Amino acid sequence: MAGAALPASDSLRIMRLALATKAPAAYARMKKLFFVVLATAACASATTHQATVSPSYTAADVQFVSGMIGHHAQAIQMAGWAPSHGASPSLRVLCERIVVAQNDEIAFAQRWLREHNEVVPPADPRGHVMPGMDHPMLMPGMLTPEQMAQLDAARGREFDRLFLKGMIQHHQGALTMVAQLLAAPGAAQDGPIFRFAADVNADQTSEIDRMNRMLDALTGSPQ
Amino acid sequence: MKSQSWFAIVALSIAACTTTTVNMSTTAPSPDPRVGLRAGWMDAAEAAWNIRLVSTTPPSPDFINRSTPGDFQFINSDMSFTGSYVIQGNFSGVQVWDIANPKAPRLHKAFVCPGSQSDVSVYRKLLFVSGEALNGRTDCGVQGVTDTVSHDRLRGIRIFDITDIANPRHITDVQTCRGSHTHTVVTSPSDTANVYIYVSGSAPVRSPNELAGCYGAPPDSNPNSALFRIEVIQVPLVHPEQARIISSPRIFNDLVQAPSHSEAPEDVAAAARAAAEARAHGGFTATIRGSEIVLGPRFVAFRLDSIVKARGGTGTPTAADTATLRANAQSIVDLIVNPPNRRPGPPPGPTQCHDITVYPAIGLAGGACGGYGLLLDIRDVANPKRIGAVADSNFSFWHSATFNNDGTKILFTDEWGGGLQPRCRVTDKPEWGADAIFTIAAATMTFQSYYKLPAPQTPNENCVAHNGTLIPIPGRDIMVQGWYQGGVSVFDWTDPAHPREIAFFDRGPMDSTKLVGAGSWSAYWYNGYIVSSEIARGLDIFELQPSGFISQNEIDAAKLVHFDYLNAQDQPKLVWPASFVVARAYLDQLSRSNGLAPEKLAAARTALARAEQLSGQARHDALAQLATQLKSDSQGGAPRALVTAVADLAEAAR
Repeated sequence: MAGAALPASDSLRIMRLALATKAPAAYARMKKLFFVVLATAACASATTHQATVSPSYTAADVQFVSGMIGHHAQAIQMAGWAPSHGASPSLRVLCERIVVAQNDEIAFAQRWLREHNEVVPPADPRGHVMPGMDHPMLMPGMLTPEQMAQLDAARGREFDRLFLKGMIQHHQGALTMVAQLLAAPGAAQDGPIFRFAADVNADQTSEIDRMNRMLDALTGSPQ
Repeated sequence: MKSQSWFAIVALSIAACTTTTVNMSTTAPSPDPRVGLRAGWMDAAEAAWNIRLVSTTPPSPDFINRSTPGDFQFINSDMSFTGSYVIQGNFSGVQVWDIANPKAPRLHKAFVCPGSQSDVSVYRKLLFVSGEALNGRTDCGVQGVTDTVSHDRLRGIRIFDITDIANPRHITDVQTCRGSHTHTVVTSPSDTANVYIYVSGSAPVRSPNELAGCYGAPPDSNPNSALFRIEVIQVPLVHPEQARIISSPRIFNDLVQAPSHSEAPEDVAAAARAAAEARAHGGFTATIRGSEIVLGPRFVAFRLDSIVKARGGTGTPTAADTATLRANAQSIVDLIVNPPNRRPGPPPGPTQCHDITVYPAIGLAGGACGGYGLLLDIRDVANPKRIGAVADSNFSFWHSATFNNDGTKILFTDEWGGGLQPRCRVTDKPEWGADAIFTIAAATMTFQSYYKLPAPQTPNENCVAHNGTLIPIPGRDIMVQGWYQGGVSVFDWTDPAHPREIAFFDRGPMDSTKLVGAGSWSAYWYNGYIVSSEIARGLDIFELQPSGFISQNEIDAAKLVHFDYLNAQDQPKLVWPASFVVARAYLDQLSRSNGLAPEKLAAARTALARAEQLSGQARHDALAQLATQLKSDSQGGAPRALVTAVADLAEAAR
């Protein structure tokens, strides 16, 4: 990446290369960020109609992406219980999709953090693991250890019911995390982060709707 | 033997020129050449079948970062067409390409204006561009908007005057609460003074301090909620600067139960077996949402106990009690499943649409909205009404819709994972992240089948169903579709229960070690060519090749359909001019399907060729005679469309 030999016949391209090669170092530490933003803003106004400004990101972006890893890991653990806990066929389909979808999103989150030289937390279903802290932190909507134990002990129809209630709570927490991200100054300016947050928002909103209907059918139907 | 070797030489010589062999086989190549392609950005290995890459043009200098393959801020997005121009959206603006010479597209204008997704549409001299991301600015500046609330932020529709397409002139912006992820230009046959835009926004609602009236709370706590609705913008053609939102139809209201083939066929069968078995052994069953279910022992015991108590008795229920329960089981269940007072809370259903495809010629639109596919009546353009809805447990996120030309079928896509994820791996199910095909009869959509790119892709290739259009081959429903890094797939869905791939193009992944976003965002047929917007690699143009699936006559017939402009989500009615090649295309289809006896087919071909040599009245008479002949053959299977095509030709010869 650094020092790529490219024809630099026009000044715009030189400027772009300068920005692109500067980026990784600038990304390295959060406290430098303020200056980076200033620097890129200055470059941008100097070359008004040139598309390349390295997208900046904030502590809120990092928190969102890394927090989502533990958050998703718990969803995967919950969904992974479906086959062994006697879940109904329709719930098993939902769980299978949650496992695939959230595994891929964890991979995305870890890749993004790695590429930006940020700390990459492990996918721990107990919550967000931060360096130097003894206990993983529960992100919004995550089930408490007691709730998880209760779900793990349930079987069949009771598992379906507790799972749906728990996963609706869990997904609503993800929507809260998106809302918190978007409320943070300067956050989600980076394209992939905005896209990721918007996808989480759209997918989980429709999945909550689906789970509400499943829960309605479950509690409404006789057994 | 001789003719075969001659064919081989022709095939070889064509191969030498175009690197594609003419292959009349109807068997897909095996092993699939899309598997194991070498990775690379501009030098990835390619595989093609029944399609030829005419040109590939890298992004213009302002829309590429050569040091970062697949740089997210330069993602190429959707396309729109006008005249010989392709307008290609990009997360950093818009590029206008002149494709008058498809072998060498020429950059006409690179217009920097960041703000994803830059979904684009044209109508006459107007260009519409969607903005959704938080970094989009009203002044098209590249510095982003770091304040959480700012009047510099653009989320909605930008409107430009492209009278001089090399110099788009900004006219105005119409800001919306959730921005515009996609939009759909809608023309009204009865209102030629205005053009309309349906805005779909799937991102969160912004602050009312940034745009007055934007509330993200659900409608039960705020009746003005920006959720559960779409926006309709009216653009007066004489005064486009007066464009404004004129309605926000709540097309999701009361969307309670969409018909859904929710369970897998084997689960449905298992449930039916269980119910039958329970009934045979004296068990109780009831029907819920069309499926018979077994009433569990606790439910039965509790109800029987109630019946015993109701008659003032005690102890074990009698045979009469059991009979009473059996007679009333269904009504008891109905009362439980559909209680008179539903639970309070926000209305269920989607809060937004992802994209809407309108088909003004038939007055319908297909809405891909959250967990639903909707059918909308758009005859009153400003007030679309929902007339049908489907859900599908295999669908995650309804993304887009395409009608077949006669409006009897609709195809929805499921962009499971949002397009950033690899959903075509060997481990991904063929019905997930796929297309679902429905037939339409009187506003009822009936599921027929799924279509998914049949070639597995690597975990380093983002791949899922995405945008496409019909290929105007008369008499058939053929579609071309982009599948991100899954490439471009052409498939036949004339038989809605058995869609089948008939051509493809694919490249290896951007990177063999990690997922770098790229691939075909959309692949659209436009005036004889397939144009594909490649997220990271630029603009690809393809030409269909004749094969065992598509004859040269069918391709030539498709090329007769000319658009002055095209917005894929404003689906035009395909109409073919009277032409000999159209009639031959139909004859080729009859030949392929064995729909007409070979001697009758040969006679029709000869008669057609002879008529083409004639002119004036003689041609008319010959064709009229052929039409009559075909009509009498039609009991044997000649399609009415062929008879009509020949009759039209006869008319045209007068």
